[in-house]
Amino acid sequence: MTAIANRYEFVLLFDVTNGNPNGDPDAGNLPRLDPETNQGLVTDVCLKRKIRNYVALEKEDEAGYAIYMQEKSVLNNQHKKAYDALDIKPEPKKLPKSEAKARELTAWMCQNFFDVRTFGAVMTTEVNSGQVRGPVQMAFASSIDPVVPMEVSITRMAVTNEKDLEKERTMGRKHIIPYGLYRVHGYVSAKLAERTGFTDADLELLWRALINMFEHDRSAARGEMSARKLIVFKHDNPMGNAPAHLLFDSVKVERVEGEADTPARHYSDYRVTVDVEALPAGVSVEERL
Amino acid sequence: MAFGVRLHIWGERACFTRPELKTERVSYDVITPSAARGILEAIHWKPAIRWCVDRIHVLKPIRFESIRRNEVAGKLPAGTVSKAMKTGRVDEVHYFVDQNRQQRAATILRDVGYVIEAHFEFTSRADDSDTPGKHLDIFNRRARQGQCFHMPCLGTREFPAAFELIEADEQMPVVDDGLSGERDLGFMLHDIDFANGKTPRFFRAKMQDGVIEVPPFSEALA
Repeated sequence: MTAIANRYEFVLLFDVTNGNPNGDPDAGNLPRLDPETNQGLVTDVCLKRKIRNYVALEKEDEAGYAIYMQEKSVLNNQHKKAYDALDIKPEPKKLPKSEAKARELTAWMCQNFFDVRTFGAVMTTEVNSGQVRGPVQMAFASSIDPVVPMEVSITRMAVTNEKDLEKERTMGRKHIIPYGLYRVHGYVSAKLAERTGFTDADLELLWRALINMFEHDRSAARGEMSARKLIVFKHDNPMGNAPAHLLFDSVKVERVEGEADTPARHYSDYRVTVDVEALPAGVSVEERL
Repeated sequence: MAFGVRLHIWGERACFTRPELKTERVSYDVITPSAARGILEAIHWKPAIRWCVDRIHVLKPIRFESIRRNEVAGKLPAGTVSKAMKTGRVDEVHYFVDQNRQQRAATILRDVGYVIEAHFEFTSRADDSDTPGKHLDIFNRRARQGQCFHMPCLGTREFPAAFELIEADEQMPVVDDGLSGERDLGFMLHDIDFANGKTPRFFRAKMQDGVIEVPPFSEALA
């Protein structure tokens, strides 16, 4: 397995219809908002979670694609047994005997776990080599236009506790965004990939995960979410051939003419263009979706 | 200062965490010399050289914003890994995020822009092939073309830093008017002394019209 030899940047556009893409624990699970611009936000970690879940689904128990940071919903029984059998006790923070030993541990983790190889992980802080910095880095996603979250009151024709029986029903709240198109930027460093052994096959899996992650993350809260466009910039040089911000600038998302003042309600209200002409030499662009 | 470089960096968000407020992270008002060094190293570094930040120019008004996220509470013990290596099974190594979750708020900076002025010194690991011109050339060439070893970030990796070289004969970017006058930013982390058991060292940061003079590391307080 040889690591990737090129640097990449990517722009992912995804949208949400009548759903909450990422709740804000500080605001009673309201969709995250940028307080200055009212643009919707989705954190990097939210998207990484979905990538992990997708990979866990696609690869199941395939060797080399285990997921370290697991969510219980993707847990199979075998894992659960192992977990119970292991009887996890907090082990004393101890230094691996030598740096070589620590490197061995790190290498093994990278080899076996897709998420460690891709995003990195921290294993014990005492030894520097116990820290893995993965090649894939993502920023916050933010919506193209300001979004207006709506509060929807819902009722349930049942109660939880017997003492509430006479109430007959309970009320709840859902927060949704009628429509939002979000844009996220990501970076893949070839040099860090060399260190964790992130391969071309892994990269293909990452693209698949980005395109399909919402398809396997359906829930009452999310509404309809889908990846709309994945634009990948590939640099000839492992160090890169152009500043990332210039490449991102070449992807423009605009409202379709004449509709700028009305609220967007569908992806077709937007037009996405990539200014291929303006791309610097040594950078090629691929539209994966 | 013969080998000086100037790098303009900017980004939408940044978090230069104060060590005293690190669980619920609160950012310093401005980039620390340590974070600035990390950005330079993301573009070019070798064991033969050490970057020293001389001056930090703050270009934009200092504004904060809060964000709360679900984070994990623990780290992977090395012992678990060596045990799994012995048995050759990966299913014992995992972390259930929803069983060990912490919600942490972070007070982060919005819309930042800085110019880092820095130079490098040679370390004891430099040899004859390490001439100042060579490393300076590599750095300038990479920064000019937007090349980097890995994408530099503004404190934490979710906040990537865009960067641009300011050529020797080029003008400095404009400093926001709101930053004129003197401002005392209090004690701020200078850098970590890795040679001495990772001791943090601090300095008194004073901003004059947006410019912070960074003292040499040897003068920073342990």
